[in-house]
Amino acid sequence: MDILPILSTLRRHKLTAGLLVMQIALTCAIVCNAVFLIGQRLQRMDLPSGVAEHELLQIQVADVVKSGNPYARVQEDLALLRQVPGVQSVAFSNQVPFGGSSSNGNVLLDPNQPQRTLNATTYFGQNLVPTMGVQMVAGRDLQDDDFVDVDTALKGLKTGDTKSLPHVTLITRDMAERLWPGQNPLGRLIYLTPTVGLRVVGVMASLVRPNAYDANTAQYTMVIPLRMGADRGMSYVIRARPQDRASVLAAALAALRKADPQRIVTTQRSFDEVRRHFFRDDRAMAGILVGVIAALLVVTALGIVGLASFWVAQRRRTIGVRRALGATRSDVLHYFQTENFLLATIGIGLGMVLAYGINLFLMQHYELPRLPAIYFPVGAVALWLIGQVAVLGPALRAAAVPPVVATRAG
Amino acid sequence: MFTYYFDLALRSLKRNKVLTALMVLAIAVGIGASMTTLTVMHLLSGDPLPGRSGHIYYPQVDATPAGYTKGGPLDMLDYRSAVDLWSARRADRQALIAGSDVKVSAPGSNQPPVMRPMLATTADFFPMFDVPFRYGSSWTTADDAARARVAVISASLNDRLFGGRNSVGRTLHLKDSDVRIVGVLDAWRPSPLFYDVRGGRFAQGQTAGFYGKPEDVFMPFFGALEVNAGNFWQFTCWGKVTTPGRLQNQPCVWVGLWVQLESASRAADYRAFIASYAREQKALGRFAETRVRMMHLMQWLDFNHVVPSDVKLQTWLAFAFLAICLFNTIGLLLAKFLRRGGEIGVRRALGASRRAVFAQCLVEAGVVGLVGGIGGWLLTLAGLWLVRRQPVEYADMAHLDLGMFGVTFALAIAASLLAGVLPALRASRVTPALQLKTL
Repeated sequence: MDILPILSTLRRHKLTAGLLVMQIALTCAIVCNAVFLIGQRLQRMDLPSGVAEHELLQIQVADVVKSGNPYARVQEDLALLRQVPGVQSVAFSNQVPFGGSSSNGNVLLDPNQPQRTLNATTYFGQNLVPTMGVQMVAGRDLQDDDFVDVDTALKGLKTGDTKSLPHVTLITRDMAERLWPGQNPLGRLIYLTPTVGLRVVGVMASLVRPNAYDANTAQYTMVIPLRMGADRGMSYVIRARPQDRASVLAAALAALRKADPQRIVTTQRSFDEVRRHFFRDDRAMAGILVGVIAALLVVTALGIVGLASFWVAQRRRTIGVRRALGATRSDVLHYFQTENFLLATIGIGLGMVLAYGINLFLMQHYELPRLPAIYFPVGAVALWLIGQVAVLGPALRAAAVPPVVATRAG
Repeated sequence: MFTYYFDLALRSLKRNKVLTALMVLAIAVGIGASMTTLTVMHLLSGDPLPGRSGHIYYPQVDATPAGYTKGGPLDMLDYRSAVDLWSARRADRQALIAGSDVKVSAPGSNQPPVMRPMLATTADFFPMFDVPFRYGSSWTTADDAARARVAVISASLNDRLFGGRNSVGRTLHLKDSDVRIVGVLDAWRPSPLFYDVRGGRFAQGQTAGFYGKPEDVFMPFFGALEVNAGNFWQFTCWGKVTTPGRLQNQPCVWVGLWVQLESASRAADYRAFIASYAREQKALGRFAETRVRMMHLMQWLDFNHVVPSDVKLQTWLAFAFLAICLFNTIGLLLAKFLRRGGEIGVRRALGASRRAVFAQCLVEAGVVGLVGGIGGWLLTLAGLWLVRRQPVEYADMAHLDLGMFGVTFALAIAASLLAGVLPALRASRVTPALQLKTL
């Protein structure tokens, strides 16, 4: 296909051709970045939790009547829940992965250092690791004799009696790697305050923060052997087979209500819902971006259809002359297709530069990583395809122009 | 003349329906997308207290140990500093605030008890923030001092517990105490919930939570601390907390102080006052730092980056989208005008000036904008309907007000005129002789 005549024609329609190129360039730049943003959101929504999400249920209770020993009440509730048919394991936790609100502590390696080494989330509660299905990669799980009642620990903090404080902790592999890169973390000490030293006895493969907004620190997690009494905001975490979860949840709620009708259940959901809820903004944003990309491509395609139709109508006579001089229908068809391909290519070239510029802007304002090169061909292929599809109609109409047009005046 | 151009424009637009429809569609889609996001931006970045936000300030001092924070003071105050500053009564109005969830029930009501957010505050809160009352009124400063067991409740809680009837004088059961209702709020939905905004710069743009609903229960500050002891929320603590939720003597910041200062000189005086307070506390050994900060309301909202970064990103996207739609429209208008070279040539030959041709083309572009604006308005309504279905705190507030309705059409016509300038210029430069020859 000879492209020189196409170029000379385009030179005579600089303005319209330029506008089309600009439109393709802008669309290409935005599509590249939008696809990249969607990828980022999807990647975030895939953040691993480290727990057996499809087997877990959360029941959060708010305010339990004050009468009686709160620790005994928890044990009674746990015993009740264990008897619910289908329940495999039950734990009582101060927070849940992706639950949103998180208890955090500043971790020091040296009790006298002025600034924290890192900020980690702290899970409390018995039986957490087996119930949530957390994988241990080194050391041991917490044992019954590690545990200390929260009130005893608080009293110990007040009086400075370190004996009544917990002495050991579990940490995640990511956190161990951040604190002691390449070394064995077992047996090492970390400090939450200068007086509270905890010895690492076990390393978990993964256990995500309740408020995992930043993927880099999402796995900085400790499990501390504190036994909690019935109090506001704590959650019962129940493990059951995936297909039993709905019936187990209903039965568990009924059992808890029967034991204390005054109790307020603030949250009752499966862990699938916990994850869905936590990432709802990301899902919504990804949906909006998909919509924007679709709308953009449609608008651009319509623009190409409009301009191509105009050009075909404008060049009707020229087409007739070419046909009369021996050009075949497919020659005319290819002419318009090649013209569109050329324009799209120039637009895509410009669009790449623009996409890179937009990415720089986003990196500055939204803490996004650099646009990987893989996204550039995505935009290019999309626009080449859209261009060819859009121009097909007008080009076929051009090919249908009969040679006899050449002989007519006008 | 305008009506003639208008008539010409309509004729011309009717002649090539496909091209016209494409242009109208491009403008409508672009306007619909940008107006949807602009309406959300307008809603989220507006002034929650128009006319008085410039007089509302958020004073802060720093009670943390040396080297604990790098920047300025933390976002809230420790109990003692807050109460000291509040009791000094150096401002025209001042209100303490602290948040908690409280178990609420109404004696004699068959509704089960529920957990509801409660704001512990002082009497000035209501007049300072212009809070509307449906029944009754605020409590008095005497009630603050007396730790009175009284409460103001929201309209929605009143609907739930008392079926919307006047419940002033009725009893409300909060945790283990009975309090008397003295006031019921009217519908009140500040955007953002400005007095509870804090910590936004640590939220990594996830600030949609600042647009939630106001608390359902309001109680005199010191009374509330007793009634709901053990349940108060801290902003953050710099040492171990030994009595969680009962934070008066804990190393925590958890109380906010809002003050109203009617003039710049009053504000300068107050700034000097908190600075001298910080120096005095440092001399006493209670403070390690003398850093203070006092921003007015809008500065504070800005400091906390209240507008969620997703919404800003959507706005950028929408305007880039509008730009593409405009390029599209420019191209199509150009095609349309140049195709009519012959007609324009005749008009020019018959004496029409370039200006007249230019004006006529612009009127045609404007008509496209107007029709596109109607489409854009409908698409904006659809877009806002979609926003309302999103799981975000501000969803229920996303409506098109009269101002934004006007902006929709202004933007549509402005955009189409902008798109029309270049094609109209080209059209007005048509050489009559050349065109007439080819006719």
